Order: sequence, then C-alpha cells, then structure tokens
Amino acid sequence: MEHGAHFEKFMGLTFNMSNVLMITVSSVIVFLIAVLATRTLSMRPGGMQNFLEWVVDFVKGIINSTMDWHTGGRFLALGLTLIMYIFVANMLGLPFAVVVDHNLWWKSPTADPTITLTLAVMVVALSHYYGVRMKGFKEYGAEFFKPMKFLFPLKIIEEFANTLTLGLRLYGNIFAGEMLLGLLVGLTKMGIFAGVLGIFPLIVWQGFSVFVGAIQAFIFTMLTMVYLAHKVSHDH
Amino acid sequence: MQNLILGAAAGEGLNTGDILYQLVAFLILLVLLRKYAWGPLMGIMKERQSHINSEIDAAEKSRQEAKSYLETQVEELKKAKEEAKAIIDNAKKQGEAQGEAIIKASRDEAERVKEAALAEIASEKEKAVATLRQEVAALSVKIASKVIAKELDESSQEKLINEYLQEVGESR
Repeated sequence: MEHGAHFEKFMGLTFNMSNVLMITVSSVIVFLIAVLATRTLSMRPGGMQNFLEWVVDFVKGIINSTMDWHTGGRFLALGLTLIMYIFVANMLGLPFAVVVDHNLWWKSPTADPTITLTLAVMVVALSHYYGVRMKGFKEYGAEFFKPMKFLFPLKIIEEFANTLTLGLRLYGNIFAGEMLLGLLVGLTKMGIFAGVLGIFPLIVWQGFSVFVGAIQAFIFTMLTMVYLAHKVSHDH
Repeated sequence: MQNLILGAAAGEGLNTGDILYQLVAFLILLVLLRKYAWGPLMGIMKERQSHINSEIDAAEKSRQEAKSYLETQVEELKKAKEEAKAIIDNAKKQGEAQGEAIIKASRDEAERVKEAALAEIASEKEKAVATLRQEVAALSVKIASKVIAKELDESSQEKLINEYLQEVGESR
C-alpha cells in the first residue's frame, strides 16, 4: 500500500508532481462546472443554473448563520470557491487511483496535509487580514486581550490550533478514506473468495466516502466563516 | 508511513512548491470564478429578486386599483339606482297629476256642456211657450170670431183675450 511520489525541483522549490497534477485537475473541473453552468443564465433557472443557485443559497446560509450579511456578503465568492474546490478535490480520489512506477499519480489533492494546511493557513491569514482591515489595528489587537488579559497566550495558541485542526481534519478524513479504499481494493485482489466478500464493504465505504467528502467540504467552509466572523464582527 | 503523517515529503523535505502552487491555483480559481461565474450568477439572482419585488409591488398596486375601481363602481351603481328610482317616482307623480288634471278638465267640460244644454232647453222652452201663446191667442180669436162673429172686431177682442190670458198666467 505504500506509494511513492514523483518529485521535481524547480527554482529551489520542491514540487510533488502528483499534487500539482491533481490541483490543476480539481481547479479546471470546478472552473468548468461553474462557468458552464453560468453560460446561459436566465430569469427562470433550469438544470445546472438551478444547482449552482442552490449552492449559492447554501453558502449564503452558512455565512448568515455566523455573521450578518452586511459584513459577510464579501466572503460569498470565497466560500463558494472553497466549498466547490474542496468537494471536487475530495471526490477525485474516490473512483480510482492511478499508480505509475509505484508512484501515486491520481488521488485527492486534499489527501495531502501540505495542501490542506496551505488552505487552512490561507483562511486564517485572510481572517487576520480582514480583522485588521475592517476593525482597525487597535481594535483587532485588543481582541487578543479579551475577555481577560492573562488569556493572551491562550489566544495566540488558539490561532495555531485553529489552523492545525482546520487543515488536519480535512486531510485526516480524506486520507483515511482513500487509505481504507486502497486496503479494500487490495483485499479484492487476494482471491476469488476475498474478492466477492470484499466488494460489499468497498461499495459501502465508497458511498460513505462521498458523504464524508461532502461533509468535510461543508465543515471547512463553515469553520472558515466562523473564524472570519470571529475576527471581523464587533459583537461578542 | 511516517512520512505520510505530516509533510508527505518522503524524505524530500517540505514540498514548498506544492504550497505555492496550491495557493496560486486557488487564488487564480477564486479570481476567475468571481469574474466568470459568481458575478453573473449573483447578478441574475439579484435581478430576479428585484424583478420579483417589483412584480409583487405591481400586483399590490393593481389590487389596490381594482379595489378602488370596484368601490367607485359600487358607488356609481348605487347612484344610478337612486336616480332611476327618483325618475320613476317623478314619472308616477307626474302621471298622477296629469291624470287628475285630465279628469278635472273632463269633469269641467261635462259641467259646461250640461249647463249649455240646460240653458238651451230653457230658451227653447221659452220660445215654445211664446209660440204656443201666439197660437193660442190666434186660435182663440178665430174661435171667438167664429162664435161671436160680426159684433166684435178682431183687434179689441184680441186685446180682451190677451188680458184674460195674462190674468190666467199670473194667477197660475
């Protein structure tokens, strides 16, 4: 079950080419879905437009549940892109995995902690950026000493903990899902008896992974909005 | 397995390229989608919202209009009914008055005709009496002259009879 990865060095940076490939594939799929669905917009939505409008309303619901729309409206595009990108990324590793020369090429990009932590750090950095921008540096800084001054170290730890949990939660769920899928596929290859027996848990686990992938995309977006709301809203 | 838990770098150190690539890819995706997908989609959703709003407003307005129109119509109908009633009442009253006038006129006419007839009867009677008187006088004279013949002349005899007749008329 151990697979390596193909690495390239370029300008002093290390690239895992599998990640590069899958990030590109995910981005292109999300872009195609979103753009094709919004090519023929009409006042009476049908088909894909209807679906995308449902997604928009869903993300609007997430934002509205964490902050008021006046401050939260600007994060709608971020939330939409996040939820769709993570969902598509989670789904990509489910139907199959491609291994070339013991190097794993086709997988979920979100099954790599580097990727998920990158997204998590980006979200937390954005929350700090908007916190400073919308409340001013003074009020933003004062937020670290509330409700009591001695909680300041905890507040600092909280920021790192948030980042870590946000990224690792997504990575853990997706990586574990793919790992178990790989194990079950390996089981089916062990013989006719094991193959017949193994196909059922494989189907069940794939269905469950679809569910987990959707839930994780939702949770990531939800927590993003919670962290953003925590930083930009005045009343708490 | 160790390398999969954190870093997944398989002994290659932190794959900084992935971090950069993911960040750039996500930001590009964000910008592209904002421009080509979310923008237009949000636009049409907002447009639909305002369309629905204006439609509701229009419906409310036309409902109000219909209501006020109906009210005026009811008012008009009521007025028309009242007018019709007044006209009918008027006509009735007028008809009654006219009928009364006609009856009165005919009654007067009848009275007049009756009176005229009575007057005529009276005058005819006078005439008849006068004629009769003359006839009677002439007849009496003839009879008397036949009876008395020669001794008495006609004129003094007539005078005498007239006196008698006058007496008879007055004593009657």
